[in-house]
Amino acid sequence: MPTLVFLENHGSDLQKGSLGVLAKAASLADGVGAVIAGEGARELAAEAGRFGAAKVWVCEDGEVGQPLPQPRVDVLAQVVEEGGYDTVLFANSVLAADVASGLAARLDAGLNWDLVDVELKDGELVGKRPALQDSVYADVGWTGTPRLALFRAGSLDATPAGGGEPEVADVSPSYAAHSTSVKLVGQDAEESSGPSIEDADVIVAGGRGLGSPDNFTLAEELAKALGGAVGATRAVVDAGWYPYSAQIGQTGKTVSPKLYVALGISGAIQHKVGMQSAGTIVAINKDANAPIFEFSDLGVVGDVHEIVPKLTELVRQRRG
Amino acid sequence: MRIAVCVKHVPEGPSRLDPSTKRLDRSGEGALNHFDANAVEEALRLKGDSDTEVVAVSLGPQQALDSLRKALAMGADRAVLVSDDAAVGSDLVATSRLLAAALEKEDADLVLFGQQASDADGAVLWAAVAERLGRPVVSQAMELAVDGGSVRVKRQTEFGYDTLEAPLPAVVAVSDAINEPRYPSLKGIMGAKKKQQDVLSLTELGVAADQAGEAGSRTTVLALGDPPARADARKIDGDGNAAQAIVDFLAEKRLV
Amino acid sequence: MARPSNFPPPFSARDYVAEPTDPADERIEVGVLVVGAGPAGLACAIRLGQLLEEHPETAERLGEVPVAVLEKGKQPGSHLLSGAVVDPRALRRLFGEHLRMDELPSYGPVPGESVYVLTRRAALRIPPPPPMRNHGNWIFSLSQLGRFLAERAEEGGAMILPETAAQKLLVSHGRVVGVRTGDKGRSREGGELGNFEAGSDLVAKVTVLAEGTQGHLTGVALDRFSLRGEEPQVWELAVKEVWKVARPLDRVIHTMGWPLRTGKRFREFGGSFIYPLGEDMVTIGLVVGLDYRDASLSVHDLLQELKTHPKIRKILEGGERLEWGAKTIPSGGFNSLPRELHAPGLLLCGDGVGMVNVPRLKGIHYAIESGRLAAEAAFRALQRGETPASALSSYDDAVRDSFIWSDLREVRNMRQVFGRGFFVGGALASAMTMSKGRVEVGKMRAEPDADQPLLVSDRDSSYPAADGKLTFDKLSSVFASGNKTRDDQPNHIRIERRVPREVARLWEHMCPAQVYEIGREDGDGTVMVELAPSNCVQCGAITAKGGRLTPPEGGSGPEYTRT
Repeated sequence: MPTLVFLENHGSDLQKGSLGVLAKAASLADGVGAVIAGEGARELAAEAGRFGAAKVWVCEDGEVGQPLPQPRVDVLAQVVEEGGYDTVLFANSVLAADVASGLAARLDAGLNWDLVDVELKDGELVGKRPALQDSVYADVGWTGTPRLALFRAGSLDATPAGGGEPEVADVSPSYAAHSTSVKLVGQDAEESSGPSIEDADVIVAGGRGLGSPDNFTLAEELAKALGGAVGATRAVVDAGWYPYSAQIGQTGKTVSPKLYVALGISGAIQHKVGMQSAGTIVAINKDANAPIFEFSDLGVVGDVHEIVPKLTELVRQRRG
Repeated sequence: MRIAVCVKHVPEGPSRLDPSTKRLDRSGEGALNHFDANAVEEALRLKGDSDTEVVAVSLGPQQALDSLRKALAMGADRAVLVSDDAAVGSDLVATSRLLAAALEKEDADLVLFGQQASDADGAVLWAAVAERLGRPVVSQAMELAVDGGSVRVKRQTEFGYDTLEAPLPAVVAVSDAINEPRYPSLKGIMGAKKKQQDVLSLTELGVAADQAGEAGSRTTVLALGDPPARADARKIDGDGNAAQAIVDFLAEKRLV
Repeated sequence: MARPSNFPPPFSARDYVAEPTDPADERIEVGVLVVGAGPAGLACAIRLGQLLEEHPETAERLGEVPVAVLEKGKQPGSHLLSGAVVDPRALRRLFGEHLRMDELPSYGPVPGESVYVLTRRAALRIPPPPPMRNHGNWIFSLSQLGRFLAERAEEGGAMILPETAAQKLLVSHGRVVGVRTGDKGRSREGGELGNFEAGSDLVAKVTVLAEGTQGHLTGVALDRFSLRGEEPQVWELAVKEVWKVARPLDRVIHTMGWPLRTGKRFREFGGSFIYPLGEDMVTIGLVVGLDYRDASLSVHDLLQELKTHPKIRKILEGGERLEWGAKTIPSGGFNSLPRELHAPGLLLCGDGVGMVNVPRLKGIHYAIESGRLAAEAAFRALQRGETPASALSSYDDAVRDSFIWSDLREVRNMRQVFGRGFFVGGALASAMTMSKGRVEVGKMRAEPDADQPLLVSDRDSSYPAADGKLTFDKLSSVFASGNKTRDDQPNHIRIERRVPREVARLWEHMCPAQVYEIGREDGDGTVMVELAPSNCVQCGAITAKGGRLTPPEGGSGPEYTRT
């Protein structure tokens, strides 16, 4: 199963998510290839080797100088052909999703997305795909090759596989006319006011158990310490404690951060469906029978007013 | 100018997977995918009072006409539905093929998509369609403007905001932050029925049956199962050590 | 003790009657406007379609949209909830005597039936009394039947306008000329959001109100035109669930007794129903008269308690709850009907005016028949080009000549013996005998539900804790109704917010959707009532017990599919 992994780089770093996919691929097969496209790609080849790439294809053409998907479809199509790969793996990102999808159309290749894992069953590649807000898991497969897979962000850990120096090959495809017609004309870095709820890796959410609108500062301080965003339940938004833009739940926003800290939230299903696919859920609530404890990873039966300030301080200390 | 908006009719109400087909049970009521409403709204804003034509395009069962009518009620001028039994069960490869065929016929200057489909939660369709049409594609648009022969897009990525320009004809996928879709007015709802609605079969589209549906797909669902239990779920008392216990837990998971 | 009626809501019917205000060229004109896509409204639209097809010259005079049906729910069926065992006679009169059951989305004929008197652990079977017998009747999901009827109405040329609430009655020169639809896109504070869309004046030659129980404009019209009957209307609250079950249920079941209390001072009348929906589903519901007095009574929680009865638990074992819902049923019967069912330009149908045979627990066929008769009266008036105030009086005549009238009048006398509620006297009589007098016949009530003095018991301590498998809490039940109401909109519920604690407690327990909550205490024995209006499934109980429900933004509320 000759496998190729699309490694995404931003600035001088390889994205952790795609390294996780590479490590997974290397655990399933030998001779895994990786593709790095963009300025400074060559310098990143060694790191790719450390995470399991036996061969790294680099493209430093001007056409891939900007973080745009379509030229990368040309690059990947070329590498798939030249390298004889029948499986191409991606870690989800705004860029990677478009590359994977474009490649699927270019090669008429099946693409399974939102996978959280993949395994070999009787020699066949089988993907694990959550559905219906993670309440069901589907085993998905491919008919024919090449096989394309897009993994959910953060689903696979990037642990170095202890690989050595990879073979490095240059690739410089011919680019389709439409691939090179989009131009980047401006860029603004993320605002420093903190991540938006939709993109935040960490969300600290407050519910009625906070007791009063003033106590939302507990959530805000903890969120700041963790570098995250603040969310709220419908109940407190209804009561005017926090704005609707922060509401998480069935009639608010749906989020799936890596870490969700629920303060004084009972966990009614209307709220649950908005956050149940979070990577790790920590809940603090006075009521031992609160439904949230049925789906949290760490449940703390206690008083948020006592625990959260201490927790915030400890986090600050740890993060330095 | 002509703007084509791709919309999907998605199941309403509690979603269920049909254990026999292992696919989403689409037999119940459906509605316009609410992310596609953003795309329709953006098309209507670009149209304004001009004579730009906005065409809503969809692939689905006959009931999808309901969602197309909603787009017409909002203000779209015309609707096209590709509907054929042989198209049922189309995956990305087959769906993008069929949509591209319909869009080729429309020859629109701008093709718009919504952020994702609430049923399959896939945010991938537009890039595949753009590839088949041989058009530039820009996704996650939060601001969109058409100027002469090109489209200018402000998009949000993980790293910040990019401003991009692409020549028309182009494909753009809008994020749900781009606008607040309008409610169709009563007049709009009542006028929708009179607007042109075409239903195309595969034959009329010029696509062979083996290029659509399950036959034309390259992925498959093998089995359904329960999610893994949240491993190591713990519950502790909130005594004096709780805060430290939480930090230790987070550190263990490399979250802090 | 306090009575809810001592704390009336800030509501005036006058606020909901207006002249058209849109400029003439912006008003939307239709021929006949039907408010409510339920069985009554859709039967009216279907019959009109039939008549207009036979008489195209009249159809032409009705303009581009001869028949329009407004529906405040997401789509027809979204707000429809019943048992339901339906007498097919009205469907036959609508579609033709040769109508076959397989042409309708029915779950089949009633396969058999049983009636039980329950105690906490036992179930005593009693023979179904004649009025209760359901032989020849068909089982339906009213929500599905509604969707089916909507499709037929559209095929017949009616235009169905879902997600559209009728907010005000348009009256000009003493005549109903249409309705004003509700605004969309207002914030909680009443401001205009980015996509604000103002309502429109929808004018019509004839307006038919078929809004169902607690119909908003129906209530407004009854006041505006002084149409109320001799007795006030009273209601029952039904809370029900639809379950997937492991074993088919082979009959229709009705129960009475436990968990309702028999003591006279409690005035707890009602019972439960369990109907098979095909081979693999069952619907179970509990109906309780809203003249109850105990502020701790919660019909939702009593339904959860009911399910723990060994006999009922067995039916549901191995199953899974699919849906939940709640709705009131007008139960005043014949004496509570309006003194007239029409006004200039206006016709009133169905549950909105109380056409329900309480002992038989049937109202759908009356709704359908009244809709059909309304269509005929409207058509006659339009055909003749009549608009005088009396043009629609033939509707009243037709209803009085119909089985609606004769049926309701017949059971009017039974109310004395049978009290009110679910069960016909035969059942009560035999139940009294077999249970050795533990079941009592209630007094015929004449007072509005909100006039009942309150008492407070501790019965809420026996409500089962939700286990998430057999029993459920209110919030997860609201979720199971498909309710996804937009939160940031004005509150549609009118109540007096500062009331004695027991009144607040009454509302808190009464509401199956957990809309009301006791807030802060105000020293003088009163408390503030806090609301979560987006939970509301528009059952109408609050209107019966001291408040007033008005329609929220169109498209809000439950999205029933199989209720």
